[in-house]
Amino acid sequence: MSALQSPLRNSILDAVRKNQPPPQPMPKIPRFHATAPDDHVTLFSKGVARMAGVVIADDVGDMDSFLRKRYPDAKVFCSAISEYEGTMRPSSLNHWSEASAIDVCVLRSPMGVAETGSILLSDIELQVHTIAFLAHDLVVLLDPKEIVDNIHSAYEHPYFKSRPYSLLMTGPSGSGDIGGITVHPAQGVKTLTVIFSPSPTSKRT
Amino acid sequence: MNPIDQAKNAEAFLADTTHEDRLDKLLWMMRMRRDAAARLVTEWEELRTLASEIKEHTLSNLAEYLEQFEANAKANGVIVHWATDAHEHNQIVYDILAENRIETLIKSKSMLTEECELRPFLERRNIRVTETDLGERIQQLDDQPPGHIVGPSIHKTTKDVATLFSQKYGSDPNNEDPAYLAGVMRDNTRPDILHATAGMTGANFVVAETGAIVVATNEGNADLSAHTPKLHICSAGIEKIIPTTESLAVFIRLLTRSATGDAITQYTSSFRGPRKGATMHVVLVDNGRSERLGMGRFWHSLKCIRCAACMNTCPVYRRSGGLSYGATYMGPIGIIVMPTFDVRKYSELPFASTLNGSCSNVCPVKIDIHEQIYGWREIMEAKGQIQVVKKAAMRVADKVLSSPELYQVSTTALSTTLDLLPHFAIYNRLNAWGKHRDVPEAALETFHQWYKNHRLKANEVLGL
Repeated sequence: MSALQSPLRNSILDAVRKNQPPPQPMPKIPRFHATAPDDHVTLFSKGVARMAGVVIADDVGDMDSFLRKRYPDAKVFCSAISEYEGTMRPSSLNHWSEASAIDVCVLRSPMGVAETGSILLSDIELQVHTIAFLAHDLVVLLDPKEIVDNIHSAYEHPYFKSRPYSLLMTGPSGSGDIGGITVHPAQGVKTLTVIFSPSPTSKRT
Repeated sequence: MNPIDQAKNAEAFLADTTHEDRLDKLLWMMRMRRDAAARLVTEWEELRTLASEIKEHTLSNLAEYLEQFEANAKANGVIVHWATDAHEHNQIVYDILAENRIETLIKSKSMLTEECELRPFLERRNIRVTETDLGERIQQLDDQPPGHIVGPSIHKTTKDVATLFSQKYGSDPNNEDPAYLAGVMRDNTRPDILHATAGMTGANFVVAETGAIVVATNEGNADLSAHTPKLHICSAGIEKIIPTTESLAVFIRLLTRSATGDAITQYTSSFRGPRKGATMHVVLVDNGRSERLGMGRFWHSLKCIRCAACMNTCPVYRRSGGLSYGATYMGPIGIIVMPTFDVRKYSELPFASTLNGSCSNVCPVKIDIHEQIYGWREIMEAKGQIQVVKKAAMRVADKVLSSPELYQVSTTALSTTLDLLPHFAIYNRLNAWGKHRDVPEAALETFHQWYKNHRLKANEVLGL
């Protein structure tokens, strides 16, 4: 902090202290577990669809064949997962803006949220954060066992207290700013596809 | 400076009935979507109570939480700045940019930077600013401030946007398809994003426990602005602090459902620190908030999470458009916030309300908005900020409404004379009601007359 900043900081904090209302208690926040684990996959899938994403529950087989068939015009396939090579890895990007040249990127999410259809991504999965919004199409692998019931449970994930960047992503980018009609994409990714795929390292049972 | 005349400003908007009717229907649809989303959450009212209590707890311990956030953010590698007012905020941002020799800046939507008038401040200093939120960019291209805090260009029709883009970007003026127009914006903004050397965001929530800035967007443009360049500056009002990640969950569940009826935004992002080789600054801004904290009757307005549910439900806002308020914050929340910046300039705003209480009923953090509007009216009266015509009318209303006899005589007389009065006697500048609509036809009898003729007679027959 600069020499000029310290007096400013202190004067703001002093003004706040002087004007604060009498202290009021922090309420206890329940967890609101509304759904049984059996319902999580169904709710999650509905949530993704509601936000214009796609869920593929069946085994897609060979990833390379699947992706080339699904995205016939794509040339740059980036893989951030060990089980698929793709045409490039995130680590090969020199500048983060270069992620805009990626047609399709494949990632694995460590958590889904049934209440909203969100998936969790962080700097660990993305490696290059800009992939989450500059790549054209995202394909995200998710172990159905890693779907939690609601946002309360989601924010218990350790990432939110440890990672520099954590993102709850729910469908592709969109906007309702023109005429109040929601369209996809907006500035971020054009499509988001979630593939249910058991993780060999899953800790949840 | 003369007070902002919201009613007069609204006349321009009302002159074009297409815009008025469309905005009214669109915002009411958002209100209904909000209701439908709330009904699906069993604990909705409990969440509203929790959100209100968490905010009241945080604001009543604000200094402590600000210090906690600062310590944690610094530990995460964030550079924290403090700004007493708008000018200091703008100067801090400019100094960071100048120090890094930045000439182009991309930014996501931030009402605080609107409040501080950051963009013109930077542009006067030769920094080119590109808004990355679609609605905000539309307003920037049209040289207008936001008309709504969630959808800045919501008052514009698709035709308006098609015409604007054809003038600015050379796109097809006859193609009003929103998907096409969003594509035009994406194609034209993308080069600015890829080549920008600094990005700015606001903050929906500032988490003391983790030092995190949480931003919710549908477009992903906060993430684009924060992470495509290597320099990220975040501006946050000091009231945006919440204690913990656990409490963040309560607000995330309420925010988007209240705003648009969706369960969550497409991108709900938590920025805790810079990536390797990058820099992250957070500017904590007071700009009148600490003073408002000491306003016993009005400090609850600091609980606002900027969802705009109060605007979407307000009959005055829906029919007059956001620009008519001549203020950064518009609609019911604007009415109670703006006078804290300038009592004289915004003295007319508290009268842009029917006091129906709908705003308070939909507020996710239970701000007593309509009661604060009434409170501000009392203050304007006490400070002599009410116009002569309004004052005279209120004096007459006070006399009539406080006397049942006088009220009955007046309503009876009015119902019989309205048909007889000449046009100029009803439609003149003293009758604001008749400015944009016909005065309704008077009923054949007043309620009291009807009651006397029907119920009292019936009661007599029944011996009651």
